[in-house]
Amino acid sequence: MSTHTNDNNSLDDTITDTLRAQAHQLVDEVNAGNYANAMGLISELNDVRDQSLYREVGRLTRSLHEAIHNFHIDPQNAEQQEALSKMSDASDRLAYVVEMTGSAANRTMDLVEAAMPRASSMCEQARSLRDDWQRLRRREMAPAEFRELYHRIDQFFVTTTEDAEAVYGSLSEILLAQDFQDLTGQVIQKVTTLVKEVEENLLSLVVMASHVDQLTGTTHELKRENVSPELGQGPQINAAERADVVSGQDDVDDLLSSLGF
Amino acid sequence: MKILIVDDFSTMRRIIKNLLRDLGFTNTDEADDGNSALPMLKSGKYDFLVTDWNMPGMSGFDLLKAVRADENLKTLPVLMVTAEAKRDQIVAAAQAGVNGYVVKPFTAAVLKEKIEKIFERIQ
Repeated sequence: MSTHTNDNNSLDDTITDTLRAQAHQLVDEVNAGNYANAMGLISELNDVRDQSLYREVGRLTRSLHEAIHNFHIDPQNAEQQEALSKMSDASDRLAYVVEMTGSAANRTMDLVEAAMPRASSMCEQARSLRDDWQRLRRREMAPAEFRELYHRIDQFFVTTTEDAEAVYGSLSEILLAQDFQDLTGQVIQKVTTLVKEVEENLLSLVVMASHVDQLTGTTHELKRENVSPELGQGPQINAAERADVVSGQDDVDDLLSSLGF
Repeated sequence: MKILIVDDFSTMRRIIKNLLRDLGFTNTDEADDGNSALPMLKSGKYDFLVTDWNMPGMSGFDLLKAVRADENLKTLPVLMVTAEAKRDQIVAAAQAGVNGYVVKPFTAAVLKEKIEKIFERIQ
């Protein structure tokens, strides 16, 4: 990434040195009455200003290109290679994250929905057998009923083994369905790094531009934008540290009850 | 009891649908934003609306206002289930006539409690 160290407040040393030297020279030329030389110096000073801006913009452009070029992750198999080679920019990558997390969530819910009826059927059968078993132990059961219970217990062992195996299978597939985290985590970290690099470079550009503003005497009026509460803003990060954001359902309930809900 | 679930993410609709089924509400339909939900509400005789806030097209907040402005729908109970967590948003939703507000991420117990509370108040 960018190797130059700008302390964000002062211009490049070589530029300030040039400015200082030429400023002294300019004063000397004006004092000596050499106005043509003085004008030449002013024009050179202009060039120094322009060139320093061009140089910084060039640097930033290169850094941005580098950041975008470096923005790739290492695919581990042909399938991932194909999936990733199609993605050349950050928004595609983030769409890929949405897609992967979405399909993992759906896969998990499919498995949960398949396992739940089996778990509840095991529970129901066990409960019914337990009740009859207790009747047997209290010697409240007729021989015909016992024979029926005997068959149901036999059947219960068979279905319970099958159901438990199926539930176990669903659970281990649910475990596997979480493997998206590895790949989406990598993608998101790369996007985060890119965003940070772009932000750093934009900041440098802004600082550079502010130096030019200083030189040209330009001032900007910044308008504060008020965000309407009606616009959706999505999940709030660091909610616990912010006064304008609720930190959980209890906070919501307190706020609503204070409004008479 | 016929319930309409409105959320732009199908996974969230599915989660809410499953939780509602566990609570005994099996008659549910889904819509992915206010624009598709409003015509369904107008023609479908729904008893309850569960909606997200932030959706492309028509937001849940605009849907809430449209429901309250409609002569036939204005008494429909509306539960907002949303990640929107700013205090002024919750106040705005309350002023627009929301019946309950659940902030994501939520638990099955919270959803159950809010739904029961809404029905208690209506009866």
